Amino acid sequence: MKRFRRHGHESHRDRLKQELFQFNKTVEHGFPHQPSALGYSPSLQLLAIGTRSGAIKLYGAPGVEFMGLHDENAAVTQVHFMPHQVELVTLLDDNSLHMWTLKGHNGLSELLEIGRFTLMGPPGAPPSVTRVTAVLAHSSGELLLLGTEGGHVFIVEVPGFRELEERNISLDQVASSVPDDYIGRRNLEHVEALQENPVQSNQVVVGYGRGLMVIWDLEKQCAIQHIPATQQLESMWWTEDGSYILSSHSDGSYCRWMVGVEDVNEEEEKSDIPYGHFPCKAISKIVQLPTREGPPFLLFSGGMPRASYGDRHCITVNHSKTQVALDFTSRIIDFFVIGDGPQHTGDPSALVVLVEEELVVIDLQSEGWPVIQTPYLVPLHSSAITCSHHVSAIPLKLWERILTAGALQNTHYSKKPWPITGGQNLASDPPQRDLLLTGHEDGTVRFWDASGVCLFPMYKLSTASVFHTDADPNENLNPGTEGEWPPFRKVGCFDPYSDDPRLGIQKIHLCKYSGYLTVAGTAGQILVLELNDEAAELTVEVKVVDLLQGQEGFRWKGHTRLDVREEPVQFPPGFQPFTLVQCQPPAVVTALTLHSEWKVVGFGTSHGFGLYDYQQKNNVLVKCTLNPSDQLAMEGPLSRVKSIKKSLRQSFRRIRRSRVSLRKHHVNKLQEANARLEAELAEMELAPVQRKIEARSSDDSFTGLVRTLYFADTFLSDSSHNTASLWAGTNGGCVFAYMLRFPPVERRADEPVSAQPAKEIQLMHRAPVVGIVVLDGHGAPLPEPLEVAHDLARLPEMQGSHHLLVISEEQFKVFTLPKVSAKMKLKLTAIDGSRVRRVGVAWFGSNRTEDYGESGLAVLTNQGDVHVVSLPHVKMQVQYPCIRREDVSGIASCVFTKHGQGFYLISPSEFERFSLSTRCVVEPRCLVAPPLHSGSFDQHQPQHGGPSSAPRSTQDGEDAESAARRVMEHALLNDEKVLQEIQKSLEGDQVSFLENNVKSAVA
Amino acid sequence: MNKNHRVPSSRSLSAVEVKSKFGAEFRRFSLDRSKPGRFDEFYGLLQHVHRIPNVELLVGYADVHGDLLPINNDDNYHKAISTASPLLRLFLQRKEEADYSTFGTDSLTRKKNTVLSAVLLRPDVNKKKPPVIISLPRDFRPVSSIIDVDILPETHRRVRLYKHGQEKPLGFYIRDGSSVRVTAQGLEKVPGIFISRLVPGGLAESTGLLAVNDEVLEVNGIEVAGKSLDQVTDMMIANSHNLIITVKPANQRNNVVRSGGGGGGGGAASGSSGRSSDSGASYYGYSSHGAAASMPSHIIQNFPVGELESDEDDEDLVIEAGGEAEPIGRTASNYSMPPLPRYEPHLNLRTTNDSPSTFSVNANGTLPGSGSSGSLSNINASSATPSPDAAKERRSLEEEGTVITL
Repeated sequence: MKRFRRHGHESHRDRLKQELFQFNKTVEHGFPHQPSALGYSPSLQLLAIGTRSGAIKLYGAPGVEFMGLHDENAAVTQVHFMPHQVELVTLLDDNSLHMWTLKGHNGLSELLEIGRFTLMGPPGAPPSVTRVTAVLAHSSGELLLLGTEGGHVFIVEVPGFRELEERNISLDQVASSVPDDYIGRRNLEHVEALQENPVQSNQVVVGYGRGLMVIWDLEKQCAIQHIPATQQLESMWWTEDGSYILSSHSDGSYCRWMVGVEDVNEEEEKSDIPYGHFPCKAISKIVQLPTREGPPFLLFSGGMPRASYGDRHCITVNHSKTQVALDFTSRIIDFFVIGDGPQHTGDPSALVVLVEEELVVIDLQSEGWPVIQTPYLVPLHSSAITCSHHVSAIPLKLWERILTAGALQNTHYSKKPWPITGGQNLASDPPQRDLLLTGHEDGTVRFWDASGVCLFPMYKLSTASVFHTDADPNENLNPGTEGEWPPFRKVGCFDPYSDDPRLGIQKIHLCKYSGYLTVAGTAGQILVLELNDEAAELTVEVKVVDLLQGQEGFRWKGHTRLDVREEPVQFPPGFQPFTLVQCQPPAVVTALTLHSEWKVVGFGTSHGFGLYDYQQKNNVLVKCTLNPSDQLAMEGPLSRVKSIKKSLRQSFRRIRRSRVSLRKHHVNKLQEANARLEAELAEMELAPVQRKIEARSSDDSFTGLVRTLYFADTFLSDSSHNTASLWAGTNGGCVFAYMLRFPPVERRADEPVSAQPAKEIQLMHRAPVVGIVVLDGHGAPLPEPLEVAHDLARLPEMQGSHHLLVISEEQFKVFTLPKVSAKMKLKLTAIDGSRVRRVGVAWFGSNRTEDYGESGLAVLTNQGDVHVVSLPHVKMQVQYPCIRREDVSGIASCVFTKHGQGFYLISPSEFERFSLSTRCVVEPRCLVAPPLHSGSFDQHQPQHGGPSSAPRSTQDGEDAESAARRVMEHALLNDEKVLQEIQKSLEGDQVSFLENNVKSAVA
Repeated sequence: MNKNHRVPSSRSLSAVEVKSKFGAEFRRFSLDRSKPGRFDEFYGLLQHVHRIPNVELLVGYADVHGDLLPINNDDNYHKAISTASPLLRLFLQRKEEADYSTFGTDSLTRKKNTVLSAVLLRPDVNKKKPPVIISLPRDFRPVSSIIDVDILPETHRRVRLYKHGQEKPLGFYIRDGSSVRVTAQGLEKVPGIFISRLVPGGLAESTGLLAVNDEVLEVNGIEVAGKSLDQVTDMMIANSHNLIITVKPANQRNNVVRSGGGGGGGGAASGSSGRSSDSGASYYGYSSHGAAASMPSHIIQNFPVGELESDEDDEDLVIEAGGEAEPIGRTASNYSMPPLPRYEPHLNLRTTNDSPSTFSVNANGTLPGSGSSGSLSNINASSATPSPDAAKERRSLEEEGTVITL
């Protein structure tokens, strides 16, 4: 009977677990790591980015996002949308082509791979014959033209990937008709580019590497015209009226050729080397776009003078008399231009540039061509992320004030709305306002709106202005003097070069009710900031705190304290610092907590911890936790690897500063540094992989490092009087508790705050303490400061006994209070060998019952698994694999929200958002409708310079034809065979109906 | 009694305070730490100070971990003197009344049998027929044991290492490797964890039960299959206070061959359930007659299941505001017992540190400037056991909390 009952209880618990917990990776925020290809569909208004790791990501209107991953772990080299369809084709590094589509499912669109294909040459042919170098998605939507390294153009029917051998444009056919006097006749080299005539879709131009361009008629299968350029070809562009072809070349020149002139020896009409005289680098892509009135826009990438500006990443925009060389901070992957008007066929309105580290959109219609702020794809890593902090449910008032402060920082952005608007965001409005704060290496803190799918930048705080730094304020990389040539203009915000690594932000704590913020950094600096809507000139009050407390015999060998500006500093509206604590020795701040109700800040380093009263601007408590035998903690953080990183950084900086000077010299230095680093890594790898088994002892390294700090109003000395307390946990498994006494409110500013040691617990297993939580009489975690005052949490239960939960890397342990005795525990490491890396208290709501929910601990282990541990009984609830265990930086970057979600870095520039909760799930829900096909639509070219794909024009007849085909397809549904195929594809075997082609591809 | 421990640090270095108990009588005297002399001289001294010149004595002392250990030769006598901190507590018994069961690990502190109180308070109640002494196996503390011989396959060996109460490091390394398993599909290569190195002089080496290339199968009853090297490392360290590893020895010639009875010995008597197939192996502590104190002793023993789940690691140390130190999880009856030697320094804190300022001299080894010299010296004295040489170098800063290491 008893067993039966228990069984019943357990199944009830299991059901409850299913209602409370589920694990989903929901969305990736930020900028894709190592992008390698760009595509754009003017009809869908969707942007596609392929990455070196084989991911394909689609973006439309804010909130519309799709992601796919190729099974092959190969880089995506090209992305082409099929004109006027919801399909797109990707070319990978391994020479395979993949067809993707956006399928409707339950009212939402999904990105699915529906076919793959690898070009097969004749037996015995070298692989170069079929190595695809250029792809043209023909405007009919039925053909793919594939130019290869061998110089052939293969024509493939899509979506089935059926090779149309009879229509191929073979190298022999072309070579035989080349004029005899063309010097490159013997070897035309690979197919560099393919373009379609915008007005006559049966004409394509094939550009060969050697420079020859051939206009080919697909119907008649013959060459119409030869354009005998002699320079190595880089790209081609067919103007919108079909009358000219532009070609760009490796010597930095571009030429304009007239089309349709009978004379085979047609002279180039115009040739120009825009940054000429001295040798120039190649123009890798050229685009010319008409305007309704006035001269056209000419845009090209590259072409800079080789010696002086050869290392710059530039796109030149030339319109009328205006010419600007947009200077990007990282390599240009590709660019395209969006046109005006409902069909995006009008004047060029926005230039979209994908560079290696960010996406930049330039408004081409506003004066000065300002940048349009991106609502997504924002480079999180414009300076490396050093820490993150999440605050849930921000009060509207604070939210608006931060937004206002942020808006003042963004005045240099264009007022134009975001030009990429494809798809429909069907996600319901986020239930609350969530803020993600990221700390960066350059001393900035960025505030992101993390409520929804788009991680939108709200506000940026810089702490560097408080200090004197290495950077010379007079240094100006871009003086921008009048008449400078080329006319450079810096664009983009990616700037990974930190002037002083000590500025790096290590810990952040924001009180959402009071607007007080505290940030702490690498050189032991702790700033307390207050939100101010007005600009102000402030002198920051400095307090140096000696954490060693007279401990002798040690020498700090690390960096020095930051040098504080003594004169008043002008701070813009937003968070303004009013007081600064500097730890001595200036070690990295490892723990930080703020109590805005008590107006105190607790901070800790590897040497000890302290309590600072920011109302009286006075330090209340210092406790040294240093183990005297721990020399490592004393010597500071400078290791050999670090110093190499530093020297690398310095050499980068030198390069940037003196671009004009001899480039080669620096490259050599860089290479040297790289070689040195590699040698060190190799050395490390050579050591045999073995692990020492030894019990932890008190003189291990960094036992005194303070890992966590916690404020609690609880029963510390007796069970009838609750008092304020500060708790600290160290790396050596030690917990310190201090009783805090605050003067009455009316004398708070005058009478000192006092702190008295109350308890000390040494955990026998000596594992680092990573979290401390006090549970109230109901077993619920104590509310945050001011939460009760704002009626957002119920009063903690002060009747009944409180409990102390100490979370070490190895165990969860509950103690009674005020008399500390062990009550229960959950062992983790002793059982499965994993260790707690991150822990957060979260509330999990049931998806069945609106008013039911439980508090729990969200835990991430060093194995990359996430667990939920129940409170107050510390029982393991669920466990899911989340992060690869090798991904140490991903695990270290994880941050949990108060509602069971989490974020971690999957690359330096991307956060993955995941959810452990059934109720709180933020994921993209969007629909993309297939483009309409109306006869009147698309008389003109719909696409301005889609990346390396042809502009297109559809003739009425053709359009009607394709419409008819669609109808026919529909009719075919009666055919049993077709139905079967559709059935198969619905069953998830999407490739099956392409069987033949796949077979041939595999064979 | 506590006050008596407050010896200036300078004295504690050179002189050893000895408190000797025989029956209900105490004697106090001191010895020069640097010149302890020989055991027979010391024995004579004891007989002299207690005025029992012709009584055969069994001499025992409480070591720093609270274990009652014997003094019966020069080696362990010197060891006793060198580790006394600062007080050397001796317990003398008449040889004919001696209760050998009192010696050994945890003998003074074990919860279940209150031997200490038996020895201290009622020495004459436990009168037993003196056992036939073969080699006094209980003169020695177990450092390792083979357990569960009756339930394990013969090719496996489950070894328990007694780290607690040891200054010796565990002293071994593990590595990744591959091992061959017999499966339904035939032989299959699977990844495994192996012992890669034994540190000379370490606990693992000194036991002789573990060897390089032994495959680790379980840690404290949990299989390691499918776990990474780092996971197994962390599991072993987390269990280091009471580490039980099941290995498949690389050398299978020394395996224990099960006796026909099939584990007839049960869990009661030690070593009854196994016998060595190789007479050269010294797995029987009993048989090594001439074992000196410095030699490792191996005792085959079946442990009750409860002991595997030892709660020793529960005994976190808590210092309350008054300076009171106590291990968590001890039953109240322990409080009434005489202070346990291993917690002496903290008990001293209770008496000496009433002001919050001095409170923070703590087990973790932090030292605020206000710490009184008196309490400092206590800690110094208490920590004299581990690596005395190194300790002397940093004497002025020495404050490591070995007192709470179990």
